[in-house]
Amino acid sequence: MTTVAVQTRIELLAGRGWTAVCDLDLLLPGRGVAVLLPDGRQAAVFRDARDRIHATANRDPFTGAYVLSRGLLGSTADGRVYVASPLLKHRFDLETGECLDDESVRIPVYAVRLAEV
Amino acid sequence: MNTSPMTTPKPTLLLVGYGMVGHRFLEALADAGAADRYRVVVLAEEPRPAYDRVALTSYFSGRSPEDLLLAEEGFTDKHGYELHLSSPAVAVDRAAKTVTTAAGHTIGYDTLVLATGSYPFVPPVDGKDAEGCFVYRTIEDLQAIERYAAGARVGAVVGGGLLGLEAAGALRGLGLETHVVEFAPRLMPVQVDEGGGEALRRTIEEMGVVVHTGVGTKAVEVSQDGTAVGMQFTDGSRLDTELVVFSAGVRPRDQLARDCGLTVGERGGIAVDEFCLTSDPNVFAIGECAMAVDGRVYGLVAPGYEMAQTVARQLAAQSAQPFTGADLSTKLKLLGVDVASFGDAFATTPGALDVVYSDSRAGVYKKLVVTSEGALLGGILVGDAEAYASLRPLAGTGKPLPVPAESLVLPAGLAAPVSLGGSALPDDAVVCNCHNVTKGQVRAAVTEHSCTTVPEVKTCTKAGSGCGSCLKLLGSIVSEELEASGVEVDKGLCPCFAYTRAELYEIVRVKRIATHRELLAKHGRVGQDAEGCEVCKPTVGSIIASLAPELEASGHILDGEQAALQDTNDHFLANLQKNGSYSVVPRIPGGEITPDKLIVIGEVARDFGLYTKITGGQRIDLFGASVDQLPQIWSRLVAAGFESGHAYGKSLRTVKSCVGSTWCRYGVQDSVGMAILLELRYRGLRSPHKLKSAVSGCARECAEARGKDFGVIATSNGWNLYVGGNGGATPRHADLLAQDLDDEQLIRLIDRFLMFYIRTADRLERTSTWLERIEGGLDHVRDVVVHDSLGIAADLEELMSHHVDDYQDEWAATLADPERLARFVSFVNAPGVPDPSIRFTPERDQIKPDLVLLATEEELLAALDPDNDPDNARVAARATASILEDAR
Repeated sequence: MTTVAVQTRIELLAGRGWTAVCDLDLLLPGRGVAVLLPDGRQAAVFRDARDRIHATANRDPFTGAYVLSRGLLGSTADGRVYVASPLLKHRFDLETGECLDDESVRIPVYAVRLAEV
Repeated sequence: MNTSPMTTPKPTLLLVGYGMVGHRFLEALADAGAADRYRVVVLAEEPRPAYDRVALTSYFSGRSPEDLLLAEEGFTDKHGYELHLSSPAVAVDRAAKTVTTAAGHTIGYDTLVLATGSYPFVPPVDGKDAEGCFVYRTIEDLQAIERYAAGARVGAVVGGGLLGLEAAGALRGLGLETHVVEFAPRLMPVQVDEGGGEALRRTIEEMGVVVHTGVGTKAVEVSQDGTAVGMQFTDGSRLDTELVVFSAGVRPRDQLARDCGLTVGERGGIAVDEFCLTSDPNVFAIGECAMAVDGRVYGLVAPGYEMAQTVARQLAAQSAQPFTGADLSTKLKLLGVDVASFGDAFATTPGALDVVYSDSRAGVYKKLVVTSEGALLGGILVGDAEAYASLRPLAGTGKPLPVPAESLVLPAGLAAPVSLGGSALPDDAVVCNCHNVTKGQVRAAVTEHSCTTVPEVKTCTKAGSGCGSCLKLLGSIVSEELEASGVEVDKGLCPCFAYTRAELYEIVRVKRIATHRELLAKHGRVGQDAEGCEVCKPTVGSIIASLAPELEASGHILDGEQAALQDTNDHFLANLQKNGSYSVVPRIPGGEITPDKLIVIGEVARDFGLYTKITGGQRIDLFGASVDQLPQIWSRLVAAGFESGHAYGKSLRTVKSCVGSTWCRYGVQDSVGMAILLELRYRGLRSPHKLKSAVSGCARECAEARGKDFGVIATSNGWNLYVGGNGGATPRHADLLAQDLDDEQLIRLIDRFLMFYIRTADRLERTSTWLERIEGGLDHVRDVVVHDSLGIAADLEELMSHHVDDYQDEWAATLADPERLARFVSFVNAPGVPDPSIRFTPERDQIKPDLVLLATEEELLAALDPDNDPDNARVAARATASILEDAR
C-alpha cells in the first residue's frame, strides 16, 4: 500500500460555514489553541488524549477573559472530557459545554471536522 | 437544693503561681464549666502569662517569648479570670484567709490554690553570685544568658541532667566553647544507667561539648571587678570560663506554705493528700511545689497537670481522680540525641532481667527490663528511641511481650524488623502520657466520634498534643481502627491516581517512567484511555522535570509530552493575569542589578507599553504582555543578559538579600554574594510548590530570611540555616536547622533539604506545612538532612548536582527553537493578529486591564466594529474576509 503524504486540517462550524483552524499535527494531545471566528468571536479547539477534537467558546464566563484554550484537559471518572480554565479552574465539559462545577453555567460548543488537503 | 440565691457574692478562688500547672488548672476549671462559679484571682510572679517552660530552650532556636505563651489571646478575659502579672505573693494569713502581694495588696480568698512551682538549686559554692553566673529557669534567665554570652568565649554548665544538657546545647548554639560538669559518674543519672550514660556522653562529646563527670564544683573564681573567670573542681582541677550556668536540679517553692504553718515534707514540698488538699482544708497545692501522698515531689509537667485536673474537678463539684503518684517515663531529645527512660528502668523489681544492645560507635544504647516470664517492666533507650511510644504502655502490664525482647532492641538489618503497632496494646494502655489518654479512648474517637485522621483525634482527645512522642503510635492505632471498621482512606493525589505525590515521585524515580501517559496507563486507577486531569498533569510534569537527568528525559519543560502537562503559566513561561494577558519577570539574582540592565528593563517596558511594579522578591514585574509579544520581549531581555525568573513556575523564585558586610556597618558576612550564589544554583529547580529564600548579613535580619522556605542568616562564625518559613495567609517563622556553617556546609545542607522536600512533599505543599505534616517534624528532617539518618544524603546531593549541571535558561532555549516559538500566537488561524480582548485603560500614568471589554461578548464585538475604533479596523477586516455566513 502506498501512502500519500496528506495534511489533515481541522475545521470548525461557526454559524453555517466551516472555518479552517490549523493542521492536526500542530495540536498537541491534551492542549488547545485559540481561533478567531469570522465575526470576531473566539473559539478554543482541543485535541484530547485519544486524538478526538473538540471546540468550545474561548471565553471563560466566570472571569470574562478569553483564555479557555490555554487550560488543561482532564477526564472525569465516568469518562467526560473537560477543560479546566487556567484562571479560576472551573471545568467545562467539552461535549456539552456544561460547567461541571456550576450546572447553571454553560459555554457554546462548536462542531468540528477533519479535512484532508 | 444546690442553687444559691442571686444575691450571694461568688466565693473567691485565689491561684498563687501562673506557670504551666497553674494555667492547666485554669483551663480545667473552665472545661469543667466552673469558671463562673468563682471570682477567680491569679497572682503571677513573672511579667508575662504562663508559657511553655518545657520548651524554654526553643527560645534560642528563634521562638519568641510570645510564641511560647500557652494561652490563646483573650483567655483570661473570656473566662473572667483576674490576672495580676509581676505580683508575687509574699504572705498567707490562713486565719484571716488573705494573701499579701509584694506590692502590699491584700486579697481575701475562700479557696486558695498554691502552684508556686520550684526554684533552681544553686550549690553553696564560693563565687556563685558573681557576674556571669546564671540559672536556667525563666525567659528572663535565657535573655540574660544570651546577652552575656555575646562577650564570652567559654561557658560551663553545672549539672549533667536533663536541664543541664539543654543549657549546654544552648551555650553551644550561642557559639561558646561548652563544658558540662556532673557530680555523678554519668550524664542524666536519674534517667539512664551507666551504659546509657556512656552512649550519651560519646555522642555529646562528638558535638564538641566537653563532659566532666564524677567531679563536683568547689568554687567559681571571681576577678577583682566581680565577674566570673574560672571554676575550681573537687578533684583539684580548674577551668577558665566566663559564664557559668547552674542547672543542678530544682527544689519546691514552699516558703509561703512554711511561713503560714502548712505541713511540708522533710525534704521540702507542701504535703498534700490524694486530692491535693494541704493540711488546711481551704488550701490546695499542685505541681512542683507539692509533695504527693506517695512522699514524692514530681518535677515533671504531666503529674502537675493531673493534679490540676483533680483540684479543678473538685471545685466544679465533679468526681475527681485521686492523685496517688505518677509515671516518671520521659522521652526527650537533647542536643539532637533521643533519650527515653520508662517504667522500672533500673531493674529494681526482684528477679528482673535485662536485654541490652549497645553500639558505642553509633551512640546507641537500648535496654529492656523484663520479668523471667518475658513481661516488660521498663527500659532505657539512648540514640534511637523510636520504640518508646509503643513500649512504654506495655511496661508493667504483666503480659508477656508479643515478640522476643531481643528483637525489639536489635537495629533494623541485624534482625527481622519488628515494630509494635497499636494492635499489641490493650485498651487500657496509656498511649499519650502527657494527657493520660488510653488506647481505648483513641479507638472511641474513631468509632464513636467519626475521627478519621490523627489531627482530628488530637482535637477530640488531646492525645498527641503534648510532647508529640506518641503521634506515630496514634497514626497506627487510627489506621488499624479505620481498617477494622471498613473505612477506606483515600490519600490519592486526584481521581486519576490512588498515590500521593511523594509515592508517585518514588514510582517515577524507581521505574524510570518519563511520561504522564505511561504513568497513568501503568499506575493510574482509571482506564487506559483516560486523559488525566488538571491536578495530576502539572504534578507529574514537575516530578519528571525534577528527575529529568535521572530519567534521561529532556530538561526543557516545553519538550514533547511535557508541553501538554504544564499549567498555562509554565506553558507560556509567563504569569497569566486576570484579563488573559501575561506578566514577565526577569531574574535579578539577589536583587543586585547594574544601572545598564535597569535601563534595559525600563526601555522594554516602555516600548511594549507594560505596567511595571517592584515585587516583594527584589525584582521587577512587567504586566500586560499578550502571548505574541512574549518572544519579542524576551529576545530583547535575553540579548541584554537576562534570563527567566521562573516567576511562573512551582520552582525557586528569588533569593532576597540585604546589602551585607560589603557596605553595611553591621554586616558580618557577604549576604549579597551568598544570595546570588544560591539563586544561581537553585534557579529552575521544579518543586511541589514555589520556593522562596533570603540571606541576611547579620542578626538584624533585614532580608526577612525567617519568612522564607529556606533562609540564611550570617553569624560571626558563618551562617545559620532556617527552614520552613512562610509569609502569606498563615505566616510561619522558619526553624533553625543548623548553625555556624561554612559556605560549603551551608550549600550541602540546602541541597539535601530541598531534594528531600521535593521527594516527600505533597502537591502544592509549602515547606512550612510539609515540615509540620511530615512524621517526626523538624527533628526528623534534621536527622535526615544533617545526620543522614536514612543514608540518602549522597543521593540527594547527586540529584542536586545533576540539576545544577543540566540547568538551561528556558527562555533562551525557547527563542532558539522555531517549533516552540510557533506556540506564541494569539490565534492559530490568524498569526500576527493581536488578541482584541486584551486592552487597557490608563491609571496613575500606567496601564490597567480594561475589564469592561470582558463583561460580555457583545462588548468585545462592539469594540471590534471599525466604526467604533479605527485601531481595530485591521482585525475586523481580516476577520470578515473569511466570513462565509454569520448566523449568530
